[in-house]
Amino acid sequence: MADAVAGYGPGTMYLGGGTNLVDLMRLGVATPERLVDVSRLPLGEITEDERGGVRIGAAVRNADLAAHPVIASRYPMLARAVLAGASGQVRNMATVGGNLLQRTRCTYFQDVTMPCNKRDPGSGCPAIDGDHANLAILGHSARCVATHPSDMAVALTALDARVHVTSTSGSRVIGMPGLHRLPADDPSRDTVLEPGELITAVSLPPPLPGRSSYRKVRERASFAFALVSVAAVLDTGGGGVIRDCRLALGGVAHVPWRAFTSERAVAGVAGDRDSFAAAADAELRAAAPLTRNVYKVALARNLIIETLEELVS
Amino acid sequence: MNRVEGIDKVTGRAKYAGESGEAAYVFAVQSAVPSGAVSAMDTAAAREMPGVLAVLTCVDPPVLGSAEDAELALFQTREIAFHGQLVGAVVADTLENARAAAAAVRVDYAATAHDVGLRADHPGRYTPDKVNPGLPADLSYGDIEAGLAAAAVSIDVTYTTPTLHNNPMEPHAALAAWDDEGHLTVADSTQGPSADRDTIATVLGLRPDQVRVISPHVGGGFGSKGTTRPPAILAALAARAAGRPVKAVFTRQQMFQLTGYRTPTIQRLRLGAGQDGKLTAVAHAVTEQTAIRTEFAEQTATCARVMYATPALSTTHRLVRLNVPAPSWMRAPGECPGMYALESAMDELAVAAGIDPIELRARNDPATEPESGKPFSSRHLVECLREGARRFGWAGRDPRPAVRATGPWLSGTGVAASTYPARRQPSSASVTAEGDKLVVRIAAADIGTGARTALTRIAAECLDVPTGQVQLELGDSSLPDAWLAGGSMGTASWGSAVAAACADFHKNGTRGTADTTEEVAADSGGFARHAFGAQFAEVLVHPGTGEVRVPRLLGVFAAGRIIDQTLARSQFIGGMTMGLGMALMEETVVDAAQGGFVHRDLAQYHVPTCADVQDIEAMWLDEQDPHLNPMGSKGIGEIGIVGTAAAIGNAVWHATGQRIRDLPITPAKILSRSDHE
Amino acid sequence: MSRTAVTLRVNEATATLDVDNRTSLLDLLRERLGLTGSKKGCDHGQCGACTVLLDGRRVNACLVLAVAAAGSVVTTVEGLADGDDLHPLQAAFIRHDAFQCGYCTPGQLCSAAGLLAESSPRGLTPGEIREQLSGNLCRCGAYVNIVKAVGAVAGAEP
Repeated sequence: MADAVAGYGPGTMYLGGGTNLVDLMRLGVATPERLVDVSRLPLGEITEDERGGVRIGAAVRNADLAAHPVIASRYPMLARAVLAGASGQVRNMATVGGNLLQRTRCTYFQDVTMPCNKRDPGSGCPAIDGDHANLAILGHSARCVATHPSDMAVALTALDARVHVTSTSGSRVIGMPGLHRLPADDPSRDTVLEPGELITAVSLPPPLPGRSSYRKVRERASFAFALVSVAAVLDTGGGGVIRDCRLALGGVAHVPWRAFTSERAVAGVAGDRDSFAAAADAELRAAAPLTRNVYKVALARNLIIETLEELVS
Repeated sequence: MNRVEGIDKVTGRAKYAGESGEAAYVFAVQSAVPSGAVSAMDTAAAREMPGVLAVLTCVDPPVLGSAEDAELALFQTREIAFHGQLVGAVVADTLENARAAAAAVRVDYAATAHDVGLRADHPGRYTPDKVNPGLPADLSYGDIEAGLAAAAVSIDVTYTTPTLHNNPMEPHAALAAWDDEGHLTVADSTQGPSADRDTIATVLGLRPDQVRVISPHVGGGFGSKGTTRPPAILAALAARAAGRPVKAVFTRQQMFQLTGYRTPTIQRLRLGAGQDGKLTAVAHAVTEQTAIRTEFAEQTATCARVMYATPALSTTHRLVRLNVPAPSWMRAPGECPGMYALESAMDELAVAAGIDPIELRARNDPATEPESGKPFSSRHLVECLREGARRFGWAGRDPRPAVRATGPWLSGTGVAASTYPARRQPSSASVTAEGDKLVVRIAAADIGTGARTALTRIAAECLDVPTGQVQLELGDSSLPDAWLAGGSMGTASWGSAVAAACADFHKNGTRGTADTTEEVAADSGGFARHAFGAQFAEVLVHPGTGEVRVPRLLGVFAAGRIIDQTLARSQFIGGMTMGLGMALMEETVVDAAQGGFVHRDLAQYHVPTCADVQDIEAMWLDEQDPHLNPMGSKGIGEIGIVGTAAAIGNAVWHATGQRIRDLPITPAKILSRSDHE
Repeated sequence: MSRTAVTLRVNEATATLDVDNRTSLLDLLRERLGLTGSKKGCDHGQCGACTVLLDGRRVNACLVLAVAAAGSVVTTVEGLADGDDLHPLQAAFIRHDAFQCGYCTPGQLCSAAGLLAESSPRGLTPGEIREQLSGNLCRCGAYVNIVKAVGAVAGAEP
């Protein structure tokens, strides 16, 4: 691992499963001069820690993550989110670290003949007046309305994951949410990672009591990115009052969106349709949909309500 | 009987274009602007890169024999007519080197204002001389306004369909090699080796006998490989420039801009009927697009000339020239988008009139072809509807919308009619006895239809031998000339030639040949020849999320004699699957400001996945029709897609009460129409 | 340093090649080893026509860099049969007419073979087969028969 990060320099990129990076290289969007293959570093283990949490190596393949007995039994929502993404073939190759760092699928970002503030700062954002039907309704800026495409990241955001990174300057831990940034004035940076930092692991606290779910809505039955998705954990202690709720949304923002406002709104109240609707409305008050993605507000609202209702029934 | 080439396909032994030999690679350079001109091209850096053998550009154009076909007159002009137009190409020893060098070509443009927006009121609308294939753009009779005014029930609705792309799984590809005598061999992915050879020869200024096209296996076409495409010409020019064989394989992205697509349509339907449901007027007005340099007029409203009895009919087509690539054939050109609108409008009329949608069609079933007065060679649309109704469980259907639910899912059913013309074209074939085999030769194409197998059956039946004794050779322009696989005319055209050649073989004993030009010419006049069918759909719609699922599709068809049951069922179901995609998910989005397609790959252009397809079944009636061809068959490759989208859209209305008149029916559209809680 | 020597096992034969680092495993198979059975449908992992088994797992060969596959064991469609004996999936595809143009077929077969290995020994329901094969697009629309063919080999006991 020390060799991997020591070898980093300008023009270097880390290669995990390649399912996003090779795609971007072939599009001419990513133009590394040098690749460092990190998929075979000793980062492929999933281990339980003494507090009952789990540590997932960054090189663990998505398919192996979803199939791991500890994940499948103790964090089933994470497994479900992973299995909702991509295809069997892609899941066999994609790594946990690479999944977190995958780039937006905004069509203008992927097309080097188009202006794009993320890819070419200052060139403009043609999505704002163009094809944005599948782009952001929350947290976007005048520079960028892209969304983060990962299902796994939405689940990890709801589960309070922590991302362990290392570089030649040392190691640190970044909480989720917090790894990914809002675009603000500089959409060229998707995350808070500094150049050269390598994700080595993702750790999860012990699972919350309660039931959990991942629900994804897309334009066809499989193998498509989310229009909107919801990751939720709900603990009612067996009664009708909500003791704890974790909620994250996918497909709505530049980051996996942790719905803190909704969580606060349902804490301590009876879990029913009305309270869930009020919580969704509170979260989505900040929504600023674009001309052609207004439907996402209703979709997010309905999904939040339906998912939480399912978890109390 | 299993497909003749089955073992080759499941073992990976079947070779497609571009897989047949060693070759250098040519990679295209495309226009980054939608309109204007190339002012300069700097290829110096590209030429210095590793492995580069040659560079082609529009500022120093290669010599062609003919520049008449704008789609194939590669590099002959600096004028840019659409985003993605070919402006150059780099030939190199490997794909990676060719691609990298192509990216290093610098192109300067003088861009001009572009227009890619199709609208019904576009000031540039004009009436084409003809619509494909040589039909009148406008055809009317009776008094529409009087018919509508006299109607007890009338509707005036506009339906729209988006840009749709064929997207065969095999990208367009060609491998070209010149010999020392200036003869060209092209392994091309084509739906018609004979026509492809003739076109390539014309464009390059060669005689047809100097060109050979080889195409034993084609990875789908659906119309996009029916006319010669740039890879064949590009590979030939590159091979000439590099002095060695070269292959051109389009990327999926390049296919979107350079291999054709179905034009978007704006269709206004005005229908009027009496209390008894009998139509008093049918007006079908279509607006579509075409390219700046090439005119392509999809025959979208011609189905209304065939379907229903009406005292007044108006069918019109208007085109708008835009800075778009040239539209071209996509499965069931004309009938596919046209019947979507007509059959959706008929459903709306049925609802407005309070008449069952099957009943409405039965009451308006014409005795003769409405536009011409000709008798149908055979027509069993009503029988298809009735049989389908029986099998689908239509009797007792509650016609009210939005009253059935299973949990959060609303359910509904819909029906639509289906039609496609049944024609054939001249072809030639030969039969010779060689060893213990009877070898049948014809330059037909098997693009997945099972033509090899169907023709083997036809020959075996005509020769009265087991199918194993017949060896069918196709996919090579050096074989007897044949029509292309298109217009659902393949089996009818080739089967006729094979049957005639077999008859000749019976007379001669060791060899038979046939050319059906005269026989086919006698087809015209007399009868209206069409296949018909009925499409049924059951849908589930989640009103909170807008998701639509299709648990059941049923197609019942009347298409003459079915040559091979397995092949036919696969064709019908394949077409219906494509119709499901058209209904719910397929769309190439156009960015008006940027002037091009923003969707250019299979992650953005959604075709149905395996999970989208549940119960799809197809069946047919036993239809006898002596007025078609020696086999008594009608083409079936395209009718499967016709009417499917309407049946699904009608079912969505039945489930939700929402009439969505703009394809595809996506969650966004369902949610935008529902009441928010 | 833009080229690398890689050794891998492909269909039980060892291949050692000097490759351009940019080359995908798919192009190595098709262009360098003459194994054109694996197909290029999109080159971006979106269609599954290039599916092969890499160390026993189904992957999109177009997204695997050849250099990253060094030392691996690859099985392509050409390696599914045992001499003249077709793999049960190949035989089932023929029997159930689970292909038309045939271009997606090698990928469907390798994907199904990988799926069988992933799910074995339990059988798969039609719904599971549909979902798990959704990474393999078929524009000819042979899905109905593909699911039947795979179910005939891997189907759950009713």
